[in-house]
Amino acid sequence: MTAAPGTLLIEAARRAGIEIPAFCYYPGLSLQAACRMCLVEIEKAPKLQTACTVPVSEGMVVRTNTPKVHDARRSMLEFLLTNHPLDCPVCDKGGECELQDMVFRYGASFSRFREEKRHTDEEKWSPVVYYDGPRCILCYRCVRVCNEGMDVSALAIVNRGGRTLIGPNAGGHLDCEQCGMCIDICPVGALTSGSYRHQARPWELHYVPTICTHCGDGCKTTLSVRNNRVLRGNNRDQSGINGEFLCIKGRYAFDFLHHPERLTQPLVRQEGKLVPATWAQALRAVAARFRQLLEQGSAFGIIGSNHAGNETAYLLQKFARAGLRTNNIDHHRTADYAALIAALARSGVRPADRLAGSRDLLTARAVLLIGNNPTEQHPLLAWNMRTNVRLNKGRLYVVNHRAIKLERQATATLRIEEGRAGALLDFLAGQTTAGQPPALQPWNEFRDRLRAESDLLVVFGDEIKGDGIARLVAFGNTLGGVTRYIALGDYNNSRGASDMGLLPGSLPGYAPVEDAVVRARFEAEWNVTLPPGPGLALDEMIAAAGDGRLGALYVVGANPLKRYNLNAGSSFLVVQDMFLTETARQADVVLPAAAVYEVNGTVTNTCGELQRIRQALGTNGPRADLEIIGLIAKETGISLGPVGSEEVFDEIRRLVNGYNVAMAGLAAGEAVPTAPADGRDASLGRPDLVHSSGDTLFTSGTLGQYSDMLEAVRRH
Amino acid sequence: MAHPLEVRIISRRFGLPNSASIDTFLAHQGYEALRKALKMTPEAIIEEMKKSALRGRGGAGFPAGLKWGFVPRQSPRPRYVVCNADEGEPGTCKDRPLMEYDPHQLIEGILIAGLAVDSHQGFIYIRGEYRYLIDIMDRAIEEARGRGFLGKNILGSGFDFELATHTGAGSYECGEESALLESLEGKRGVPRIRPPFPAVAGLYQCPTVLNNVETYAAVPAIILNGGDWYHKLGTPKNGGTRLFALSGHVSRPGVYELPLGMPLRQMIYEVGGGIRGGRQLKAVIPGGSSTPVLTPEHLDVPMDFDSVAKAGSFLGSGGVIVMDEDTCMVKVALRLTEFYQHESCGWCLPCREGTLWLRKLLARFHAGAGVNADIGRAGELAENMLGHTFCPLGDAAAMPVISIVKQFRHEFEQHLNGRCPFEAKGARA
Repeated sequence: MTAAPGTLLIEAARRAGIEIPAFCYYPGLSLQAACRMCLVEIEKAPKLQTACTVPVSEGMVVRTNTPKVHDARRSMLEFLLTNHPLDCPVCDKGGECELQDMVFRYGASFSRFREEKRHTDEEKWSPVVYYDGPRCILCYRCVRVCNEGMDVSALAIVNRGGRTLIGPNAGGHLDCEQCGMCIDICPVGALTSGSYRHQARPWELHYVPTICTHCGDGCKTTLSVRNNRVLRGNNRDQSGINGEFLCIKGRYAFDFLHHPERLTQPLVRQEGKLVPATWAQALRAVAARFRQLLEQGSAFGIIGSNHAGNETAYLLQKFARAGLRTNNIDHHRTADYAALIAALARSGVRPADRLAGSRDLLTARAVLLIGNNPTEQHPLLAWNMRTNVRLNKGRLYVVNHRAIKLERQATATLRIEEGRAGALLDFLAGQTTAGQPPALQPWNEFRDRLRAESDLLVVFGDEIKGDGIARLVAFGNTLGGVTRYIALGDYNNSRGASDMGLLPGSLPGYAPVEDAVVRARFEAEWNVTLPPGPGLALDEMIAAAGDGRLGALYVVGANPLKRYNLNAGSSFLVVQDMFLTETARQADVVLPAAAVYEVNGTVTNTCGELQRIRQALGTNGPRADLEIIGLIAKETGISLGPVGSEEVFDEIRRLVNGYNVAMAGLAAGEAVPTAPADGRDASLGRPDLVHSSGDTLFTSGTLGQYSDMLEAVRRH
Repeated sequence: MAHPLEVRIISRRFGLPNSASIDTFLAHQGYEALRKALKMTPEAIIEEMKKSALRGRGGAGFPAGLKWGFVPRQSPRPRYVVCNADEGEPGTCKDRPLMEYDPHQLIEGILIAGLAVDSHQGFIYIRGEYRYLIDIMDRAIEEARGRGFLGKNILGSGFDFELATHTGAGSYECGEESALLESLEGKRGVPRIRPPFPAVAGLYQCPTVLNNVETYAAVPAIILNGGDWYHKLGTPKNGGTRLFALSGHVSRPGVYELPLGMPLRQMIYEVGGGIRGGRQLKAVIPGGSSTPVLTPEHLDVPMDFDSVAKAGSFLGSGGVIVMDEDTCMVKVALRLTEFYQHESCGWCLPCREGTLWLRKLLARFHAGAGVNADIGRAGELAENMLGHTFCPLGDAAAMPVISIVKQFRHEFEQHLNGRCPFEAKGARA
C-alpha cells in the first residue's frame, strides 16, 4: 500500500478500504487519541498503537485484524458501555448511533458490568441543543468542532476522571451561534436537537436532500420527512458543497413550512376585505383583470423572488416580457452581480474564469474580504475561510467599517470609514494616494501586503456595487496571477434571480434588452415581439403603481412593501406568497405559494453554483410558483409553452448564457458552476437599489419571521 | 540523622543550621559547580552528564545526559528548562526535603541545565499541596537573584537566566511531563500526544529540558566531582545515589540517600530497622504506588532500575512501601485503585472507565459482596487497561492490581465468605 508522507495510518487504511474504527478521530479536527478504538499492531512496536496519531512510514507493517487488536477493541467498547445507558430502544440516536454500530461489529454480546452506573440529569443548553451526560462517550468532537471549526468555543470539558462531562462555557447555557454542529458530530445520543428529539425513529423517515432556502451560500440540507412533515434538517452524509457544515437556518429553520399562519387558500378582496376563495375563483379574478388591462394597453409591473427557483424566475420574466409585453420587472437586488459580470467583461477577461466557487475559499492562498459579515450573513463561506486559514494556511485580509469575527483569522485587517470602500479601491489600484497621515500608513501597508499576493480571491458585500465594482476589478487587474471574485448576495436564489433576468434592462444571462440581436434570439424562441427599452426598476414600479401609471403589479415571493409604501387601491395588486406579508395584506388577490422545500427545480448560490432542489413535501392548498404562473398565463390566454420545471430548465439551459451545464453532475446532486459569458449589460445603473438585508444568523428576511425556532433562539 | 549505610551526596547539607539559606549553601560549595560550568562548553557539560549515568529520578529512569543532548540548541525558538516538582506518587516524598532543606542545590542544577542547552528561562512546577515549599523556593530564587546567580549577566559571564515557580492545582496527572507542560501553559492538565517529545516541542512548543527535582539536584555534584566519580557510586548502568523514601511497616521509616544497587533486604532490615513489631514481611512496593508488588522471595534484588525490572517491577520514584503479614492485599488493591480512579484525568477511555469499574468492583468485593468470578475479572479489567491507555497512569493503575491478583489470589478467595479476614484481626492497611 502506498500513501503520501505524513498521512495518518487511519486515513491511509480507510482510503485502502480497511476500516479502523474510531470515535474521537475526526478528519480536519485536532488529534485526541482518547477513545483508543483505533489501536493496531505495528511491527516492532512493543504496545498497540493508535492509528489516528501514527503517520505512515516506508516499510511499515501494520496488522488491524489480529486477536490482540480485536480484544482491545472489544475491551474499549466494554469500557464505553459500563456507564452508557443500555436503553437504545428509547434513545433518540437509536438506529443511527456510531456506538451501536460499533458494538454490533466489534463488541461483546454480553455485559459483565454489575456495578452501579453514574447518573447526571439531562440538561437543556439552548432551544436547539440538549445534553445527556451519561450517554456521552467523551470523544470531544463537539468541543473541537466548536473551538476549531466554528471558532466559537462555547463548549468545554468539565470535571475530571470518571466525572468528566461536556459543558457550556457560559455556565448552564450555550452562548453561541446555535449552529448545531455539535449535535450532528456527536456519535451517540448525548447531544440532541431541540426540534427533533424524541419525535421519530430514523428508519421511519424519508430523506430528501435539497438546498437550504435561506442565505445565498446554497448549503445542502437533507430533510427528514415523516407524514408530509419535515422533522429535521442536517447534512449527515456530508455530500454537499458544505461538507459537514450547516448553520442554524439550514438545520432548524424549516419550521416556517408548518407555521399556523401559512396561507392555504387563495384570498380575494371583496368590499375591502381579503376573503377566502377557491383557486378557480382567484385565478379567474386575476386573469380577467390581466386580460382587460392588456386590451386597454395598460402597463404591468412584476416583482420576482430571491428565494424561488431559477425556473420560477425564468418563467416569470418570460411571462412578463412575452406575455404581458413589459420589461417592468425587478427583484430585491442584494448584490450587484450584473455589474460584476459587466466589469469583468469590459476589463477584457472572461467572467467565467474570474468568478470563484464556494470551495475555492477553502484552498485559495489569499482571500480579501471587503465588507459584509460572513459569519452572520454567509455562514458556510465564513466556515470555508476559517478552515482555509486553519488547515491550509491560507491568508485572509479583511476590510470593514466595523469589527467582524473573521478578523480573528485575518493576516491583516484594515478598518475604514463607512462608505469609503470606493476610495480605498482607487488607492489599492494605485490611482490615488491615501491622503495625509495617519491614514496613509495603514493603507500603504495593507496595499503592500496585497500586492505581495497573487491569485487573490476577493469576496465583497453590498458595500461595493455599480461603479465600485469596476474600480474593484481595476484593482484586481493590477495584481499578479488570476484575481477571482465572489459577490455576496443574501438569499438562496439571489444570484439565480439576477441571472434569470429579473432585471428591467436585462434578458436572462445579462443579455441587454436594448440589443436587437439579443432580442431577436429570444423573439424567435418565444415567437413574440419583445418590448425594446428597459423597464421600470423596483422602486419606480411601486411609485408608478401608487399613482395609477401601472394597471397591475404582480409580486411573486417578495415583500417590497416592507420597505416601500404603496398607495392602496391605485392599481391591481396580485401577490403570490407563503404568508400574509406586508405586501400580501394590501393585495387584491393573494395566491398561496409552495415553499422551496415543496418544489423541484434548481437554484444558483451567490457563487454561481447551480444545484437541484427537490420536493420534500406535497402541499394541500398552496401551489408551486411555476404552476401558478402557468395557470395565470393560461387563464389570461397567453401561451408560455411547457411550464413543468424540467421543461423550463431545459429552456434555461438552451437560452441563458452560462447555464448550458452538463446534466450528469447536476442530476447526481453536485453543485455545477455556471459561467455567464455575456456581460454587456452595464446600462442598469441604479446601484442604490442594491442592498443587503443584513440578516443575522437568527433572521432571514421576511421568511425568518415565520420560524419559531429562530424566534426562540433570538429570545434565548 | 544519617544512617551509616547512607552515601550523602545530594542530601549532604540536610541538617545543617539554616540549610535552606544561601549563606549556608555558599559555605558548603554552593554555586561552585555553576562557576565551573560557566567555564565549560555546553558539550562538555552534557558529556559529564552522560558519563555520570544519571537516570531520571522521576520514575521512568531515562538517562538525563541523553535527554539534554536531544535539545536542539540551534533552534530559532527559545529553549526552556522545566523542573517537575509535582511530587504526587503515593509513597514518594523525596523531592520535598530536597526543596525544603537545600533549595539552592536545585536552583544550581537548573542553572547548569540552562547553560547546557542555552536556555534563559526556567520554571519549577510545584504541586499545590506543597504550599510551604513554594515560599521556600521563591525566597531562595530571590536570594540567588540578589547575589547575582540569577538574572542578567550571571557572575559576569554574560549568561542570563530567569527562574520562576508555578503551582499545580492538585492533580496527580500533572506529574506526567506533557500534562505538566499543558498545566504550566494554563490549560487543562491532560497529557499530550507524543512524539514530539518535550526536548523538541515542549513548553509553548519550544525545545524543553524537563527533569525531576532529584535529577537536577544531582547535577552540581556531578559537575564538581566529575561524571565518572558519580557513576562509580552506583552500578554500571545506574550511576550514583538516590533518595529512597522508605515507608510502611518498617521500624524506621524515612528518606535515605543510598547507592543504587543496595539489596532490598539491606534496605528494609538494616536501613529501615526491620518490620515493626517483629512481624513477617508480606509485600513491598519498590518504586511508588504504580509499581507491581514484590514479595519476600525478592529480598535479594539489588535496588537499581535494571535489577528491579528483571524481578518484574520498577524502581520508579524510589518510594519503597513495606507491608507486613497483617496487611489485607485486597484492601491494598482497593486503596491503590481508589487513588488512581480519583486521579485519572479522564482524557482517555480505558483509564477513565477502567479505574472506575475496578474501584467499584474491588470496593464491593472487599465489603464482602464478591463472587468468585470477580477475582479473575479484576485482573482482566486491569489487563484491558494495561498498554491501552494514553499515558502511563493507566498502566500505573493496572500493574499493581494485576500483580496483587496474581500473587495473592488466595487472599481474594478468603474474602468470599462475606468479610475481610484481616479486618477481623484489626489489620492496618
